Amino acid sequence: MADANAATETADLVCDRLVRRFGDTRAVDEISLSVPAGSFFSILGPSGCGKTTLLRLLAGFDRPDDGDILIRGERMNEVAPNRRPVNMVFQHLALFPTMSVADNIAYGLKRQKVAAPERRRRIAEVLEQVGLPGMEDRNPQQLSGGQRQRVALARCLVLRPTLLLLDEPLGALDLKLREQMKVELKHLQKAFGTTFVYITHDQSEAMVMSDQVAVMRQGRFDQVASPETLYRHPETPFVAGFVGDNNCLAGTVVAQDDGQVTLDLADGSRVRGMAASPDLQPGQPAQLFVRPESLSLVATTAAGEAALPAQVVTTLFDGANSRVELTAAGQVLFARLPQDGSAPSLDAGQTLALQWQPSLARVFAGAPA
Amino acid sequence: MTPGAGRLSLALLLTPFLLWIVLLVLLPHAEMLRVSFQVRESWDTLDWGLTQYRNFFEEAYYWRTFLRTGLMSLFTTALTLLVAFPIAWYIARLARGRSRGVLFLACLVPFWASELVRTYGWMILLRESGVFSALLQGVGLADGPVEMLYNDAAVIIGLVYNGLLFMVVPLVTTLDGLDENLVEAGYDLGGGHLTVLREVVVPWAMPGIVSGSIVVFMLTLGSYLTPILMGGKDSAWFTQQIFTQFITRFNWEQGAALGVLLLVLSSLMVWLGLKLTGQSLRKVMG
Repeated sequence: MADANAATETADLVCDRLVRRFGDTRAVDEISLSVPAGSFFSILGPSGCGKTTLLRLLAGFDRPDDGDILIRGERMNEVAPNRRPVNMVFQHLALFPTMSVADNIAYGLKRQKVAAPERRRRIAEVLEQVGLPGMEDRNPQQLSGGQRQRVALARCLVLRPTLLLLDEPLGALDLKLREQMKVELKHLQKAFGTTFVYITHDQSEAMVMSDQVAVMRQGRFDQVASPETLYRHPETPFVAGFVGDNNCLAGTVVAQDDGQVTLDLADGSRVRGMAASPDLQPGQPAQLFVRPESLSLVATTAAGEAALPAQVVTTLFDGANSRVELTAAGQVLFARLPQDGSAPSLDAGQTLALQWQPSLARVFAGAPA
Repeated sequence: MTPGAGRLSLALLLTPFLLWIVLLVLLPHAEMLRVSFQVRESWDTLDWGLTQYRNFFEEAYYWRTFLRTGLMSLFTTALTLLVAFPIAWYIARLARGRSRGVLFLACLVPFWASELVRTYGWMILLRESGVFSALLQGVGLADGPVEMLYNDAAVIIGLVYNGLLFMVVPLVTTLDGLDENLVEAGYDLGGGHLTVLREVVVPWAMPGIVSGSIVVFMLTLGSYLTPILMGGKDSAWFTQQIFTQFITRFNWEQGAALGVLLLVLSSLMVWLGLKLTGQSLRKVMG
């Protein structure tokens, strides 16, 4: 219990077995989390996984049916949205169209009873910080998408909230700007030191910006970990498939030896990987995940025992991310093309072999969903 | 299409509109303006002059009624806005699916009957032998019949009722377009109910509020039946005086002058309203 208290004191946000039901479905199903002060926490999940519901519970627009929300150790369940030390950047930003940029930012400051000269100073300061100096008198509609984004951030950050919630705010931007804003958002978070809770369905956004990522599915967290841990050591097949590109091979367990599992594929070829589920018994269906960049392409003649024969379907050129599409044992795989030109020539229909280090592949019990 | 044919079809399409504007709007008003400046010297001689307008300012009864009509119309408009806003909010923001259509219809149904019938409806409720009077006596709150008709309150009730739909419709239209996230952002950034209403909702709904108010104000100012039927002998409405001059007294010159003054008053109030709320006519009516 002492440990739990200590964690609560250093965490800006703690959720304890949070539940929100809509009829018979549990949009948020016993979610517990703890976000340390000053960190960037992302909740990543496909649409409909309940992440927006969770965010609305945190903002106070919705009430949990069960469980507690604690912000800096204070219970927030019954606190109205306007009395929580929490601000939100909405998906479509929700800048007030009837107000100028300065008035948008001043709205919250006025509610905090900040005097007019101080207000003007802080508005100028925050606009400087988000890279929009001197934009006070503009109308939000006159700004570009990226600029509006910054105003929405400034409007929240100027209030110095304990917690800033972001609801996929980059979704509406075009690709180039989104890449740029990702980096900038991370810098801004570090500069302000505010705790960010960011929800998104885009795994790349979550990976690039976050200190911790929670992967959410059907109202529950599958795994909460740093982006690198999620990528290298996914704990569930869903995380393995959702975070980053991955190949999935379905087969049957033949043997397990010291954490290394051998699978039999449909055509009789054998593949190996590390056991990621605790109880893999021979004869059980299982799936092996191996990332495109872990696969190396070798000519069939040179293939050793751990090689998987495969046929080239087509090559997909995409600069540094060029891949080749293959079929092996009746299943589709993608392999990253090496950038040093060491790959054998690839023609459609050509047969070659795929190799990987078993330590880079992960095997989960069960057939693919 | 040749330019000539194009011009011809444009002219043909515009003809009904131009006929309407010229024959029914411009011509009568020009004629009324002309008549209002004519002074009848004797039965067959006319002269130009300001006698009718001087009459208006010198005769206290005229300008007092004029002022009263203007003020009561303003009050009625404000009251209509207060009553219509929650209704419009409910229809636009809270009601879903079928109930929305039903509620809208409920606002519309009274307008299937004429103004006369609607006014008589109120009279049935408010008169001495009416429903409310009987109810009060039945509950024991009144000893004898209570007369609730023939006073200013009754007139205002009738006028608010008549104007309600014309306020609800533009309000529903503008409130419908209000993004729920804007309201939530208003709360999220620390605002209470009143702040969100004042800073977010009302500025957003302003075009609807102004266009509804203009329509209701004009309707009220120019209404004739409701004040006559429901008002008492002290509740004279300015339109009644115009009617009296034209029909009873057969004094077209005086009636025309009063009509011109009413037109000037309503135009002035609309202009003032637009100026005060910072709206333009194009934005409000567009």
